[in-house]
Amino acid sequence: MSDAPDAAPRIRDGMRAAIPLAPSPILFGLSYGVLADATGFGAAAAVVMSATTFAGAAQFASVSVLDSGGTVAAAVLAAVFLNARYVAISVTVSSIFPGRKLRRLVEAQAIVDESWAISGRRGRFEWPILIGSGLVFYVLWVGSTAAGTAIGGVLEDPNALGLDAAFAALFLALAVPYLHEPRARRAAAVAALITLVLTPFTPAGVPIIAASAACLLGLRR
Amino acid sequence: MSTAWIVVAVVGVATIAFKAAGPVLIGRRALPSSVQSVVDLLAPVMLVALVVTQTFGGDEEITVDARVAGVGAAVVAIWLRAHVIVAMAVAAAVTALVRLIA
Repeated sequence: MSDAPDAAPRIRDGMRAAIPLAPSPILFGLSYGVLADATGFGAAAAVVMSATTFAGAAQFASVSVLDSGGTVAAAVLAAVFLNARYVAISVTVSSIFPGRKLRRLVEAQAIVDESWAISGRRGRFEWPILIGSGLVFYVLWVGSTAAGTAIGGVLEDPNALGLDAAFAALFLALAVPYLHEPRARRAAAVAALITLVLTPFTPAGVPIIAASAACLLGLRR
Repeated sequence: MSTAWIVVAVVGVATIAFKAAGPVLIGRRALPSSVQSVVDLLAPVMLVALVVTQTFGGDEEITVDARVAGVGAAVVAIWLRAHVIVAMAVAAAVTALVRLIA
């Protein structure tokens, strides 16, 4: 099926479909590179993280938690909890991947929010579109992260520039699309409350992890 | 190994496993609906918690400083349907301005 000889042109279709969305990974990648380098996360670590984790919000989250004095465990957990949604996302496309397990494991790395959304544009998920668009986003994301770290080195005092508030604005903008759903709004409000209440009493990073308990509201009917 | 590299390694391995979970393990089955609804809430919950710590978080205290003005301006930008990058730039610029004046 997806291995048919006509897969290559379909993959090119997926690459073309990604082009209108290209500014987003480029600008995000640049800003991730700048922030990671400016906050002392390190240029090489930022580029390797873009190449392996390839998921914007989680990468910003770990840099932000470490920058605000959180522990390694808090930085890891914040990013892992954010990326847990990829289990659900990958399940929705699990049946379109051809071939053996190892091949499926490698090709599944093309899954990122944008490639997943584009691949379902015709009402059913298409493997060549996911792979084609995922490849484009991957190259743009890793490339612009590297470019961003080069710019970041020039900044002297990132927090004087208000980069800490830029982090908050990013997370807020990413949260908004979810908040149209009442259940998500309730859980988010509980999470905000847990975070506020714990902040004065616990080390940095702990309130965020504790707030994840709010997702258990999903068990209520 | 520095803290950043430990984060890169652990988060990288976990994310690769998450993305492969469906295609490699699940095949054509679906997640139980209770698991699905908990997982669905993880992203908004974590993002909002990050907004709170990034806006008010201090050294084990709640701090109200220039960031609040910057994030407030970003809320307006997002309300006006500005692009995420614009909202980030607005937040950074307003925060920097308030710090410069204060």
